[in-house]
Amino acid sequence: MNYIINGFLEAFNLLFSLDPEIIQIVFLSLFVSFSSTIIATIIGIPFGIFLGINNFKGKRIVSRFLYTFMSFPPVIIGLFTALLLARSGPFGQFKLMYTPTAMIIAQTLLVTPIIIGILFNHASSNGIEIVVTGKTLGANKKDILILLILELKSAIMIAIITGFGRAISEVGAVMIVGGNIKGFTRVMTTFIAMNNNMGEYSISIAMGIILLFISFITNSILYHFIIGDTYEN
Amino acid sequence: MKRKQLNLCVILVFLGLILTFTGCTSSNQTSKPNENGEIILATTTSTRDSGLLDVILPDFEDETGISVKVVAVGTGKALEMGKNGEADILLVHAKTQEENFVKDGYGLERFDVMYNDFIILGPNNDPAEIQATTPNNAVTAFKAISIIPETFVSRDDKSGTNTKERAIWSEATIEPQGNWYIKTGSGMGETLTVTNEKQGYTLSDRATYINMKDTLDLEIVCQGDPILFNQYGVIAVNPTINDLINADGAQLFKNWILSPKTQELIGSYKLNGDQLFNPNATK
Repeated sequence: MNYIINGFLEAFNLLFSLDPEIIQIVFLSLFVSFSSTIIATIIGIPFGIFLGINNFKGKRIVSRFLYTFMSFPPVIIGLFTALLLARSGPFGQFKLMYTPTAMIIAQTLLVTPIIIGILFNHASSNGIEIVVTGKTLGANKKDILILLILELKSAIMIAIITGFGRAISEVGAVMIVGGNIKGFTRVMTTFIAMNNNMGEYSISIAMGIILLFISFITNSILYHFIIGDTYEN
Repeated sequence: MKRKQLNLCVILVFLGLILTFTGCTSSNQTSKPNENGEIILATTTSTRDSGLLDVILPDFEDETGISVKVVAVGTGKALEMGKNGEADILLVHAKTQEENFVKDGYGLERFDVMYNDFIILGPNNDPAEIQATTPNNAVTAFKAISIIPETFVSRDDKSGTNTKERAIWSEATIEPQGNWYIKTGSGMGETLTVTNEKQGYTLSDRATYINMKDTLDLEIVCQGDPILFNQYGVIAVNPTINDLINADGAQLFKNWILSPKTQELIGSYKLNGDQLFNPNATK
């Protein structure tokens, strides 16, 4: 029991000592996960809305594939990305293996289907109605697009929050393509996994607390922005 | 509406700050050591987890301007990375496999770097009575464990330690199987944690054990057998495997780790007062 209490005590010690290595790891995690979420958002939102509001043949199969990809295990994404980026792989000459870029690529592959899926779902159920309403009111294509984005705003934010949460908390993909290299590709989750393996529980607990804290702050800000507004209205 | 815009501004500023901040930190860090490129060092978890590389690598980076990317995996995986040209240089510990690796043309030449030893660890009460009956014969110790049988935790990951363990089992002419033989398929640290939880026996390298001693309720029950000798070697990957291999960097690294200065550095590295590695380069 003692080591759990000691773990928490040491965790707070570590939090307030502002160790440069820890800070660097935290910022790298944020950088990688924000970058991948932003890229995934840019790809996923138009794609998800487009698939959602259009009725086409095979829409059901597309949705089934989408939902499968939403629950893709990070290790498989990691393995897949590693095979592509390894020196002997098709994109080997770019020397991306074991770099933060590789981690961003892997997390983007992980997050994009989640954002597409959530947008697809919301656009399928509400989007067509919005388009019809817009058309009746005499909106042109550009107006309809703006209308869609405004009306689906909370869905978009939920998609971003879910995607970011998935990105910052996954360990399988970044471990494989990043390699957990000290000072270079070590992020919060791989740091925790490594220290846990070495029996360094207190430092793992400390990083776990930081990870939760950051997720809380990010979610609070995003929630305040969207959901808060929706409820007020 | 005004409040909405204010919120939006706050978020954009926040995101912007994070991106610039992180952008700065990561670009600072990549622009510094890249003058002479970088090498990928595939090595065992023991060299990283023991803290040795953290102590000696800055010297190499200062001297040559080459940054070293340490990928810590088991020896089996490290050799596999070498075969595919995914690493430039290897620091591993399974001599026979390393010699075959060179013989098959994947590596240039193998050099001894340093050694320590493997140890058999067991619960404090030592139910197989190894400490009392066979404190320095690994083969009879393994036999004793398998006859009772007591829980034995194997790494089963083709690492150097796992290779040594297999060698001892075959020396004892025992094919371990059954509920008592647990395969973790993971690194030394995790395997020690599992052994600790199960209160079983395991084979470990001394460096990782010393590193984790405080968190373990395990004791050394057998050591000092010549079969438990643990030799580390360095091999530069054959640059003809693919044209992305940094052959010059690998040569510099090999010469550096075999140099008297680095050898002395390795020998002087202590953790909690214990010397972890004994340098033995012949050059």
